[in-house]
Amino acid sequence: MLSPEQVNHVAQLARLELTESETEVMAGELSKVLGYIEQISELDLTGVEPTSHVVDLVNALRADVPHESLPVEVALASAPEPVQGGFGVPSPGGMAE
Amino acid sequence: MSADIISLTATELTQAIAAGELSAKEVFEAYRTRSAADDCNAYTWLADEAPANIDQHTGPLAGVPLAVKDLFCTDGVPSQAGSKILAGYRPPYTATVVEKLLGAGATLLGKTNQDEFAMGSSTETCAFGPVLNPWDRQRVPGGSSGGSAAAVAGGLAPWAIGTDTGGSIRQPAAFCGLVGLKPTYGTCSRYGMIAFASSLDQAGPLTRDVRDAALLYSHMIGRDENDSTSLQHPEQIKVPSREDLRGVRIGIPEKLLQTDGGFDPGVRAGFEQALKLAEQLGATLAPCELPHAPHALAAYYIIAPAEASANLARFDGVRYGLRVAGDQDLTTMYSRTRAQGFGAEVKRRIMLGTYALSSGYYDAYYATAQRVRTKVADDFRQAFDGFDFVATPTTPGVAFELGAKTADPLSMYLNDVWTVPMSLAGVPAISLPVGLSEGLPVGLQLAGPAFSENRLLDAAYALEQAIGFDGSRAREEVAA
Repeated sequence: MLSPEQVNHVAQLARLELTESETEVMAGELSKVLGYIEQISELDLTGVEPTSHVVDLVNALRADVPHESLPVEVALASAPEPVQGGFGVPSPGGMAE
Repeated sequence: MSADIISLTATELTQAIAAGELSAKEVFEAYRTRSAADDCNAYTWLADEAPANIDQHTGPLAGVPLAVKDLFCTDGVPSQAGSKILAGYRPPYTATVVEKLLGAGATLLGKTNQDEFAMGSSTETCAFGPVLNPWDRQRVPGGSSGGSAAAVAGGLAPWAIGTDTGGSIRQPAAFCGLVGLKPTYGTCSRYGMIAFASSLDQAGPLTRDVRDAALLYSHMIGRDENDSTSLQHPEQIKVPSREDLRGVRIGIPEKLLQTDGGFDPGVRAGFEQALKLAEQLGATLAPCELPHAPHALAAYYIIAPAEASANLARFDGVRYGLRVAGDQDLTTMYSRTRAQGFGAEVKRRIMLGTYALSSGYYDAYYATAQRVRTKVADDFRQAFDGFDFVATPTTPGVAFELGAKTADPLSMYLNDVWTVPMSLAGVPAISLPVGLSEGLPVGLQLAGPAFSENRLLDAAYALEQAIGFDGSRAREEVAA
């Protein structure tokens, strides 16, 4: 069973603000899913290589030819806070940690 | 005339338009009019009118309207992946798969509703309301490509594309009486698909019949320099035409079918009947071993959320989408934007994935799950030494009632217990309707080795002809 402290720690890593009641519900739900997942710890997997990808990949590089990029105004069209041709954000100086 | 248009398959539409018996414009208008009256909430965006030059479109799919799952980016058209965090987002470019289909002459009819970021098996987790199943509006269409499935089943689109990460094409196809193909991983470019789990996500067709699936898929594939994991399919996809299954060896993974989730007796009966038909067509059936497949779902619920937690980090209120002010503080802005922009299921998966990747748990969860994935893929390779295909029912049950599984995430996840193993192995699998159980469609899943789509489609076609499934009732119930 995950504790509320563990849930809050993970939420912080994931940059997700959770309310107290969300934390409580999340602790219960995650614990149940993790309980189901635990079954894989019973398998004998010694010497088995992990698979991150099913396709045998060789590095697929495209030709290094310059091409036109998105115009700045198009790239910024959906930005919540376009500032002087860039993406505006609140000051990281105020970081709590 | 409109009723006739709706009764034609997409393949028949291409022929009627090419022969001049129908105009592309009247086909588009017939579907647009029906879709505008959609009472299943299948669409999140519908084209206002036919493109001005629609009758001049050329190409093998000329004039056939196409419904596209919301998460495919389409230039200038809302592409929101079912999420409030992308509400109103109109991307500046189009996904490769959509670009290819439009290039082949298809016309974009609308964007279809889906589970938020494709995380769900019922199309109830979307920010824009749940989708209803055209067979029974008290029930879910499956998910996550539930809008695409409901649109095709209800005769609101001749065909549609969706994406499948652990069953998101096959399961809604089964619930809505459609054919749904999850192709070999890599054969369709992922460029422009809003990502869920990159090593699993794959685009594919949802269609009324097997020939339509083959036609649509044949125009989706190809290596794309914008997706380094995309591959050239070694074969050209052909129109399926096989009438028997002589010499075809089908394996039944009995141990997998005994796993959790409850096996609905009506689904079992439909499955067994379909197998009997396969035998009559000349196939040989035998039990097959997939020893690790029963553990695939557990591994999937580590791997997919882990990849999702990384992929969804990009939604941070900086470049596009929602931003919630955070008292002049960057971290609070991130956390509040994500708290208000994501729904409960997406948060759950981000949390699960972040936990599985976090310091101290990585080996126990993520690395172990990746080793299970290796074993699952090995199991399939071995099974395909002795069998051409593996067959299972697509889902343990038929379409369930709205809200029936939303309170218990694990019971929702268990819906994918028979579709997830193929996803982990990257092999192709097709769901086709084999009959009804208490008025609701039952799906059969056939899976084959990587790149076996031609043989898979051929076998599915032979079975489809023998079964003679009639999906017209779901189209009639939509007020025309």
